[in-house]
Amino acid sequence: MDEQQQTLLNFMWEQSDKLLIQMLQHIGLTFISLFAAVLIGVPLGILIARKKELSGTVLSVAGILQTIPSIALLGFMIPVLGIGAKPAIVALFLYALLPIIRNTYTGITGVNPAVKEAAVAMGMSEWQTLFSVELPLATSVILAGIRTATVINVGVATLASYIAAGGLGEFIFGGISLNNTNMILTGAIPAALLALLFDFLLSRAQRLSFKTVGTAMKIAPALLILLASLYFIPSAYGGKLTAGFTPEFMGRQDGNLGLQSKYGLTIHTIVISDAVMYKAAYENQLDIISGYSTDGRLKAYDLFTLQDDKGIFPPYYAAPIVSNKALRKFPQLEKTLNLLSDKINDSIMTDLNYRVDYLHQSPEKVAKDFLMANNLWRQEANSNTGIIRLGSKIFGEQYILANIYSMLIKGYTNYGVATKTGLGGTKICFDALTNDQIDLYPEYTGTGLLTILQPTQRTIDSLAGDKDKTYQYVKKEFQRRYAVKWLKPIGFNNTYALMMRQKQAQDLGIETISNLKHYLESN
Amino acid sequence: MIKVQNVSKSFGNTDAVKDISFEVKAEENLILLGPSGCGKTTTLKMINTLIKPSAGTIYIDGRDVMHQSPTILRRSIGYVLQNNGLFPHFTVAQNIAVVPQLLKWEKRRTEKRIRELLEKLHLSPNYLQAYPHELSGGQQQRVGLARALVADPPLLLMDEPFGALDNVTRSKIHDEFKALDELKRKTIIMVTHDVQEAFELGDRICLMDKGAIVQAGTPTELLFKPINTFVSDFLKEQRLSLEFKTIQLLDLWNWLPAGNNQQQMNTLSAETDLWTGLESFKFNEVEVICILHHQKNEFRTVEFEQLMAAFYQYKRTLSNG
Repeated sequence: MDEQQQTLLNFMWEQSDKLLIQMLQHIGLTFISLFAAVLIGVPLGILIARKKELSGTVLSVAGILQTIPSIALLGFMIPVLGIGAKPAIVALFLYALLPIIRNTYTGITGVNPAVKEAAVAMGMSEWQTLFSVELPLATSVILAGIRTATVINVGVATLASYIAAGGLGEFIFGGISLNNTNMILTGAIPAALLALLFDFLLSRAQRLSFKTVGTAMKIAPALLILLASLYFIPSAYGGKLTAGFTPEFMGRQDGNLGLQSKYGLTIHTIVISDAVMYKAAYENQLDIISGYSTDGRLKAYDLFTLQDDKGIFPPYYAAPIVSNKALRKFPQLEKTLNLLSDKINDSIMTDLNYRVDYLHQSPEKVAKDFLMANNLWRQEANSNTGIIRLGSKIFGEQYILANIYSMLIKGYTNYGVATKTGLGGTKICFDALTNDQIDLYPEYTGTGLLTILQPTQRTIDSLAGDKDKTYQYVKKEFQRRYAVKWLKPIGFNNTYALMMRQKQAQDLGIETISNLKHYLESN
Repeated sequence: MIKVQNVSKSFGNTDAVKDISFEVKAEENLILLGPSGCGKTTTLKMINTLIKPSAGTIYIDGRDVMHQSPTILRRSIGYVLQNNGLFPHFTVAQNIAVVPQLLKWEKRRTEKRIRELLEKLHLSPNYLQAYPHELSGGQQQRVGLARALVADPPLLLMDEPFGALDNVTRSKIHDEFKALDELKRKTIIMVTHDVQEAFELGDRICLMDKGAIVQAGTPTELLFKPINTFVSDFLKEQRLSLEFKTIQLLDLWNWLPAGNNQQQMNTLSAETDLWTGLESFKFNEVEVICILHHQKNEFRTVEFEQLMAAFYQYKRTLSNG
């Protein structure tokens, strides 16, 4: 089946189970945090309307919280609250605070002073004035704040999937990683519709007459709690072990799809960004993760790689890929890049990654140390005969490789180097290469095969996970289709792998993925 | 009933009210009159402690207002605001029922009282479920008055109550106001900047300027015995009509020509003011009017010119005296 030709509706229909779960999670996340924000924000707004000297401080603190980029706010939460729903809810709560506090404040201070004076002069106490005059008259302004907060939350909640809190972001980020437009839209369209729906409903609530607004206010808390509780429906049925897979892994044939079709593996899965996945496994929040076999954190967190006994993960041998145009323009380039060929095996790469990811050494230092140790390092030569544009994807290993290549080029040639590191994904890197925005970047054979070439299943089967066959195939096809050359492999195989904590794997006697399936199905 | 003693109020460096003292007797209508910024509204609001005095004491029935629970005190004082201050999210019925609800009246008692008031204020019960914005300005003002009167408080404070109304509506409400029996039993302190209104509705007037009382007295005293030029200047523009309205036919009795002591068709009481007397010539299209002096049981039949002549003679005596 060719995924490209699949229509959006087909895709949504196929994924309807997941879509429903993600939507419930999304609504739940939005409203749990909104409920908390109303609970805190409205009284805070009332307080600063009473004590105006506090209003500046409170509003600017809430304003500053609002300016923190959402993804960074989620990042700040992880060390404190770990992964999952908790940090996501706290982050969303913080975002929702400002509009609610500000509108409560504006609403209350905006009540006609004559009406307020009348209330006091009739002999109402401060609380009576608040509840029977000020709050009812401020309701529509407060609701406008809640409406803003809701729309913000529906949007920001898509980021919650980065830290394993679920929601429609799982489709969106999976789709971005896999360059699957249908998948992106399957997440994005419902998210947009949810935002529009809640915006519309709240705008109607805002226009309620004074007659009905009282009743509406009584129903509102119950409705909020109901919507908030939707989050817990999907997680009510869990399993023995919990897996955390990246959005990309979730959608790949050589990922979760293959696990399901080839192994028949079904496991309680949450979607999580690889930045926090390893630590979460180490801290027992996850049991199985989809890692990379050369990831430095493997070593840092003492993780055990399950053997892929049915061979669903194709070989991912790394090699620089260069546009033909650059090779012609810079004759010394190929020879220089090939200096690294067969120099880095799996364990060396894991160690290099470990230094960067875990010991927090800079990629430059790790690259230089490696070259020195292998007698490859040379002082920078004059660079005046052109600039080579070097790309890399956005993870540590690629940064290290980019630095190594940069130093080699500077040391062995007269070329200068401009690096464009941190490109967001395979598709972005590759498009930059074919559009002549970069000259080269390190790529993996398996990725080249499955993500870029996307051959038929028969072709994939014919390569049968064979290292050399795969390399030869991508080399030939890239040259033919894109005028891009695969240089010699660097040596290591950074393939997908399932990993567990060493101790848990031993305790459960799990060494292969088949063992894992067997364990999950027993008792 | 009310005693204001050496009361001052300053906001920051501005002295809004400077050491004023006055008393209001039970069932008296006292008007606080003066140009804007003279401190009259501040004075009014200190009586129900909406504003706390900086110095001095205010007593209601001998008790210092600052020594009472402000909410309980205010529930026993009717308050009518400029622009009515009705609660826009309450119906007319709910607006009027605010104080009874605070006083925890039984529902039936409240309803009965509201219907009674609506009738007295010439408001249709159809308006009970209406919201304030659905009413005209005059109707809103009546609801505001009903809200202040509902718990039958002995004291009523009114802050420019008719200020937002057009002239026609205002004079109509003035007439109703004077005719309303509920109000006759009340002590009323009203703030206004409208001289006509002050003279029409007030038993006594406190004319204020720059936070102090310039002169306090009956309308006649202010008109004919002003203590300084500020007072006479303040009344100058409407002097003639004020005089017509202040002087009663009784005052002119000695200058009215005796004679023909027969009662006629158009007989006015001698307690009628001169303004009404003069107007009745025009309204009734008559050459003469007949005036009855109840105590003496005498009649005078006079022509328009004779009445005016009596007025000038009366004024001459006043200025000589």
